[in-house]
Amino acid sequence: MSKRLDPALAVFLALLAALIAFAAWLPAWAQSLLSIALATGMVVLGLTLLMRTGLVSFGQSLYLCLGAYAAGILNSKYGVTDMIIAVGAGALVAGVVAFLLGFLMATYRHIFFATLSLAFSMILYGLLVKSADLGSTDGFNLTAPTIMGIKLEGALSQRYKLILGAVLAAIATIGLWRYLRTPLGRLAPAIRDNELRVEYMGASVRHAVHVKYTIAGLLGGIGGALAALAVGHIDPDSMAYWTVSGELVFIAVLSGSASVIAPFLAAAVFETLRMLAHDYSPNTWQLSLGAAMLLLILFLPGGLASVLVRRSREPAP
Amino acid sequence: MQQFLAVLIDAVNYASWLFIVASGLTLIYGVMRILNMAHGSLYALGAYTAASFVGFWSTHGYFPAGVFLMLIAAAVTVGVIMGPLIERGLLRLLYGKDEIVLLLATYALFLILEDVIKLGWGVDAYYVSQPYGLLGNVTLAGLSYPLYSFVVVGVAVAIGVGLSWVLNGTQRGKLLKAVIHDREVSQTLGINVSRYYMVTFTVGAILAAIGGAFTAPQISVSLGIGVEVIVLAFAVVVIGGLGSLPGAALGALIVGLARSLAVHYWPAVELFCVYFVMALVLVFRPQGLFAAPELRKI
Repeated sequence: MSKRLDPALAVFLALLAALIAFAAWLPAWAQSLLSIALATGMVVLGLTLLMRTGLVSFGQSLYLCLGAYAAGILNSKYGVTDMIIAVGAGALVAGVVAFLLGFLMATYRHIFFATLSLAFSMILYGLLVKSADLGSTDGFNLTAPTIMGIKLEGALSQRYKLILGAVLAAIATIGLWRYLRTPLGRLAPAIRDNELRVEYMGASVRHAVHVKYTIAGLLGGIGGALAALAVGHIDPDSMAYWTVSGELVFIAVLSGSASVIAPFLAAAVFETLRMLAHDYSPNTWQLSLGAAMLLLILFLPGGLASVLVRRSREPAP
Repeated sequence: MQQFLAVLIDAVNYASWLFIVASGLTLIYGVMRILNMAHGSLYALGAYTAASFVGFWSTHGYFPAGVFLMLIAAAVTVGVIMGPLIERGLLRLLYGKDEIVLLLATYALFLILEDVIKLGWGVDAYYVSQPYGLLGNVTLAGLSYPLYSFVVVGVAVAIGVGLSWVLNGTQRGKLLKAVIHDREVSQTLGINVSRYYMVTFTVGAILAAIGGAFTAPQISVSLGIGVEVIVLAFAVVVIGGLGSLPGAALGALIVGLARSLAVHYWPAVELFCVYFVMALVLVFRPQGLFAAPELRKI
């Protein structure tokens, strides 16, 4: 077991550092694109952690949405405009809900895990579309955020959102990379391969899944809060509906689960393609998405991660 | 009393619609272990094709009652073309893989078909009011209902009875049950399993398209109808138990009743209650109300 940082992760961290240092020189569209990609990548990082365990959540938008609404409500209803508090609130709310639902979800597998997570996310959607205080289907706008008491306006605000996203992405990837090297983290692929043998070994599968589910929810909440800040607007259709979960699953498939940085790369690829499709061919966006997904399933089932991670003696996270 | 009757009638109407869509979904899952997300697109394709067929029939001024034939013709056309195409062209390549992989593949297919519909029919809404207007209204318990909605109830009952008869009363149905029970042993006994798969998927596709075709007159056929229906149909089959036909019927009635009660007495929870019921059933019976629990494999 090497304590040394994985080279791919080191390169990724260097890239994030460069991004933070040179954020001011990036054009506005690139800053906005990267902010959203980092937010989405955070949610997908949680999804891939579940995928390592053999679980596919078709309702991860639940945590994205909880994080976004927690940040949004603090921001525009209570006037707490600080970005760091917003992200903390998103993480807290999503993490607590994931911890509570985790007691139940940890006993579900396969298709039942997928459908139950879908049901929970649609319950939240059903509640949000009918809650007039939160703007029902229209959602609401966020006011300009601040950071540690400093007022941010225009370009500056955009830049700090990007920097915050990059810092959190660095923390999340290092944290998850380390977690995957602990005995509990290493159980994930074993649970996917054969749960019963893991139990014979003396480990509690339920506890391991519960922990992973909670981490995934926490990451989902952070990603949601970042997305809310980056877009400046939240509404149920683009945060909680099942198609959002579907998109997240797509990015997770594109990413693959063998690397902690692949989710961010996959999210960046996805958001770039979405931007291009939006400009050039809005009517065939889903078609290309679907076709790409089929090709991935058929020819690259391990996703981008399988390209990043060479098959070495040590099964690298 | 009158309101309670209205709740019941609405529930039955809604449940019939749900059952038509859910029956195909549960059939495909029961036989092939595929939770087919593309079912929603097949439903939408059925609705759009029905709109085109009925439009054609009406503009050419053939006898008016023929529009009902057009609804069925549209559904069969969609099913017979798309069913074998999807099953032979794609799903066949993925048999033996994890259920989740197949779920993702059909989700990809769903995305593709959504845009195919957009390219084929454009983004404008279609209206197919002819079959609706043809039948007029009936008065039931002092409330006026369009007779057409009871046609949908009839179609649902016919599908339910027809499918149970084929499954339980015919030789082919019994062979199909053998395939469901053990695919490999059936194959060694000389059953052409891949043909059963293709036919099952095609029948499922036709059922989805019938759902769409017969709903088309009641709604405006527009983008996004497939997205909405698939997740509702999911709720129905999951409540009833994946792969169980009586389960789908019961699930449809439960969802229909829950929604109808919500609409009449507490509209704010209309959407919420459907998924709440789904989660509630899953919490206590993860395999749904009718399906048998699966054995753990060592």
